[in-house]
Amino acid sequence: MSYFLTQVLNGLSFGLVLSLIAAGFAIVFTSTGVLNFAHGSVVLLGAYLVAVTHPTIGFWAAVLVGVVGAAVVGVLVNALLVRNLADPNPGTAAILMLGVDILLLTELTRRIGNRVLPLGAPWGADVVRFGGIALPAGRVLAAGVAVVVFAGLWFLFARTRLGIGMRAAAADGPTASLMGIRLSRTGATGWALAGVLAALAGVFLTSFPSPGVAPPVALSAFLAIPAWVLGGFDSVPGAVLGGLVIGLVTALTVGYESELHVLGGGFGEVVPYLVMIVVLLVRPQGLLGSKEAVRV
Amino acid sequence: MSELPRRIAGLVLLLVAVALPLVLEDFWLQLGLFVMATMIGAVGLTLLVGVAGQLSLGHAAFAAIGAYVYVWATSESEPTLAGAGLPAVVGLVLAVAVAALVGFVFSPVASRLRGIYLGLATLGLVFLVRHLLLNLDPWTGGFNGRSVEPFTLGGFSFSNRDPDYLAVAGVELEGLHRLWYLFLVLTLLACWLAANLRSSRTGRAWANLRDSETAAAAMGIGVARYKAAAFVVSSGYAGLAGALLALAYGRLAPDVFTLTVSVDFLVMIVIGGLGSVGGAMVGALFVTALPLVLTQYSDALPFMAAPGSGGLDPATTSRLLYGLAIIAVLVFLRGGLAGASRRLTGRRAASGAPDDTPRPTTPIAPGHEAGDRTSESKETAR
Repeated sequence: MSYFLTQVLNGLSFGLVLSLIAAGFAIVFTSTGVLNFAHGSVVLLGAYLVAVTHPTIGFWAAVLVGVVGAAVVGVLVNALLVRNLADPNPGTAAILMLGVDILLLTELTRRIGNRVLPLGAPWGADVVRFGGIALPAGRVLAAGVAVVVFAGLWFLFARTRLGIGMRAAAADGPTASLMGIRLSRTGATGWALAGVLAALAGVFLTSFPSPGVAPPVALSAFLAIPAWVLGGFDSVPGAVLGGLVIGLVTALTVGYESELHVLGGGFGEVVPYLVMIVVLLVRPQGLLGSKEAVRV
Repeated sequence: MSELPRRIAGLVLLLVAVALPLVLEDFWLQLGLFVMATMIGAVGLTLLVGVAGQLSLGHAAFAAIGAYVYVWATSESEPTLAGAGLPAVVGLVLAVAVAALVGFVFSPVASRLRGIYLGLATLGLVFLVRHLLLNLDPWTGGFNGRSVEPFTLGGFSFSNRDPDYLAVAGVELEGLHRLWYLFLVLTLLACWLAANLRSSRTGRAWANLRDSETAAAAMGIGVARYKAAAFVVSSGYAGLAGALLALAYGRLAPDVFTLTVSVDFLVMIVIGGLGSVGGAMVGALFVTALPLVLTQYSDALPFMAAPGSGGLDPATTSRLLYGLAIIAVLVFLRGGLAGASRRLTGRRAASGAPDDTPRPTTPIAPGHEAGDRTSESKETAR
């Protein structure tokens, strides 16, 4: 029983990290209509900045550098590239982001090389125990931070002028623009927020039990795509829910792999994508998404 | 007739392609094989992405299916590895058919989703197929993969034997030479078919779909059916490309068909110009040849560092160049290389650039390749 509980808690805490990334996908998508394939490399970029700056300025300042750096890159990509597309539409924007992803990921891979950079997180390999269940301290912290971040996002979108403006812009850009909402500002805010979420997720993805900052982190961020799709393309709460579901399903598949041997080794890696394909087939708008988003 | 110079240019290119193996070294022959195999895949993808406007990141999965089906069909059964021992031509046909069939099975998803949503679903396909390749050991050889039998056609082998000695103009035609001609014939067939398909009733229906599904449906085009058809055709092309890649590599492993391969195919068609068959071919040449050529000549290039040294090694350099090329094309060069060459020659199609812009008002003909002359009225009035 405690094995099962451990797996569930592991899954949920990992799921919250995925939710952070998935929410970034959803925010960029609603604020500018872009499928941000470069999000995974931004996650890696945030973690990389923390790893290279923490020896000189300390961990917490380094996290700040990572968060700001990732946000700035997001805003720049939007302002310099996405808004200047010769032919702006979701398809070309998605391919453009693939190009940005290739550039960022190649450059980061070149800088990191074969090394695994230590993140320097002060919680190290600590483990939190309660009632026979052990969880990595990083995961517990990740869950706490995610909850705080999501509360902040809720406040932003529900209670502030900026957030309500962003929702209006997402619902109907031209009309929102006529009502005096500056789409360039809501778009930039969306990209900055996504960068912040990506960097935070990067920190938790690369601290214990993960060995450190290495290029495959960008690929594991891909796991957030099924979470995003599952929740619905334009819904931040959906992204959170999707992350939890995917985290849970993955953890349980990995945890009980010996019983699921029929499905082949390493099934835990593909189960999120399987879930995603089934969801797209049965309910293309996702769990909490609005239907319009899918019709385009 | 403005067709004439183009035909002459095409004929000259063809003659060059036929004559090249007589003078090239093995490295270049091998390179040519990879380029031609990826050309076929890129052309198939441009039909789906460029003409029909559906994003796909699953091309590597279908190429993998084609490659493994070909190898399974043509290999003899061994104790640990299954094989059907069929003739190579049958294997090639099966590779295309099975890849297309899997595309067909997936097409309920493909026909319900549009554009980037399909891109996401196909992304999952790459991971699923990779999982199957790793786990279906008896057929795929698992992680280590399996080796590929040489292509044979009625006793004539496309390897260094059977017949042992074959020479034209004093040049001995070895396996690579023979494969070159095989690939050349298949590539020409595939590209010719794709170009015709694009300007056929089906191709015009796809372009209509891309521009506006509603308008297409109003004009009597079965939206779901045509989207599924685009997906199936593109999967078949990927299957053929995969089988040829298997022949070019001589050995298969799941790592040959990663998500990166899917992305590379997309890079090819974007650089070449979405929707253009010629552009896809040029894009495939650029993307496939660049890293191999840089690797081959890295000693002669002073800025090139050894792999893994943290400097600009050939693989890194070529990936940085692709990334830059994609961004440059999408931001500055509307319509890719095909669009640019059309503007340069001043024969810009009156009907717009080859892109996947949704134009909700009027259905507009697909982008033409340079010199692809058909009046717009003929394209739209169906």
